[in-house]
Amino acid sequence: MCGTAIALPERVTVRDRRSSNFVLLLAAVFVAFMGATFLESAGAIAAPVYPELAGRVTDTAGLLNPEDKAAIEADLQSLEATSTDQVAVVTVKSLDGYAIEDYGIGLARKWAIGQKDKDNGIVLIVAPNERKVRIEVGRRLEPMMTDTMSELIIQNAILSKFRRGDFSGGIRDGVRDIKAVLLGDAEEVKQRAKVGRTPDDNSALIHLLIFALIVGFIFWKMRQAAIAQQQWEASLTPQQRQQLERQRARDRRVVIIPGGSGDWGGGWSGGGGGGGGGWSGGGGSFGGGGASGDW
Amino acid sequence: MAHAVSFKIRSIALLATLVAALSVAGCGVNNIPTYEQSAKANWSEVLNQYKRRSDLIDNLVNTVKGFAEQEKSVLTDVVEARAKATQAQINLPADVLNNPDAMKKFQEAQNSLGGALGRLMVVAEKYPDIKSGQNFLALQSELSGTENRIAISRRDYIESVRVYNTELNTIPGRWWKSFMYPTSKEMASFDIPAEEQKAPKVNFDKK
Repeated sequence: MCGTAIALPERVTVRDRRSSNFVLLLAAVFVAFMGATFLESAGAIAAPVYPELAGRVTDTAGLLNPEDKAAIEADLQSLEATSTDQVAVVTVKSLDGYAIEDYGIGLARKWAIGQKDKDNGIVLIVAPNERKVRIEVGRRLEPMMTDTMSELIIQNAILSKFRRGDFSGGIRDGVRDIKAVLLGDAEEVKQRAKVGRTPDDNSALIHLLIFALIVGFIFWKMRQAAIAQQQWEASLTPQQRQQLERQRARDRRVVIIPGGSGDWGGGWSGGGGGGGGGWSGGGGSFGGGGASGDW
Repeated sequence: MAHAVSFKIRSIALLATLVAALSVAGCGVNNIPTYEQSAKANWSEVLNQYKRRSDLIDNLVNTVKGFAEQEKSVLTDVVEARAKATQAQINLPADVLNNPDAMKKFQEAQNSLGGALGRLMVVAEKYPDIKSGQNFLALQSELSGTENRIAISRRDYIESVRVYNTELNTIPGRWWKSFMYPTSKEMASFDIPAEEQKAPKVNFDKK
């Protein structure tokens, strides 16, 4: 409260010529002030109870296993170091009866994820009990992380795993794709989404045809090579053939395990341990961009 | 000598003015214009999001052209509602923010566009080749995202108008208004509850 609040009633009393009521008036003004403050707080739109920000990953519903949590945190930390984009993951036990869109915008604004002048925050919200998920996108990331992009990530990376009960994996894949989009690899995510989608058009058939052609070509080439080999071996002298047999016996001692190590699922270096402490939103603003999904 | 004295007086006066301005600023003398500007900015955001929705319609109409003849009316509804909404936006009186009637008309035009769009999306769901197309999926998510943005920008506008109107009507603000901003008027807000009941619920969930 400031000086004028006291000074102004004086002006009013002088005008009213009832200086004896000065104290009464002062009290009235005070009551009016208190009333105004009260009304202001009561009139504000009621808000749900939001969890406290516990770091880049706020897992109040306990969906993540420790390795995934650490991996996600490390990943988001490296993202912020690269592009200053802030991404927060939050799982909540309850949406307090609110639609996830309303809950999401409120939470994102309360935490103010993203840098103040860049508005470059994203919040991934998972509500397992309501079976809802939402990606809330900061204002200035909307051109990169479009609603369509968010929808693709939710439908393909996140929900496909959630439906199998793999919350930890779904969240991890969602974060991977969000990061990819923010670093400019939107095409990669779209490709991944396409692979995941059930084929419902001719393009799948064409792909199959091309695949068959390639396989056929390889077999043909291999057969040709085998024929050439046979012809070559047939043309050898007995002495040369003996040498070749010895050579082959030597080669067999080296055991070759075929196939690559399938490493496209992971790729998360567990490096820099728990960077969550003391992390907070930088003041980014949100305008309702993003998408929601349920399962 | 006289010059020096007048300089001294002038500098004291300047200092006093500065101190007075600072102390008064702490008491909310700037609240009314500040809140007014923020309400206006939020109103621009509302218009911006409505514009975004309107811009999506061209693409949408192109995407759902494969409709059967008997359902073309849904498409025409959308196009007409959009024309009306655009018209309403062009003819928006300058004082719309202080004019509840103009605000109501604008709202109604936008609502009927929202309703027509909702019906269109429901009908489109019946056509598997439209529904499963990549374009339609993208449009669907953009449209539901835009509806969400509209809802949020309107809520922000309503909130900032509430703050502004409260400032005009409660004690320090009321005095400042009569002192310094006698022309400030209350702003018109949206009427959420009535609207919420009218607008059809569009469910974009893909099952």
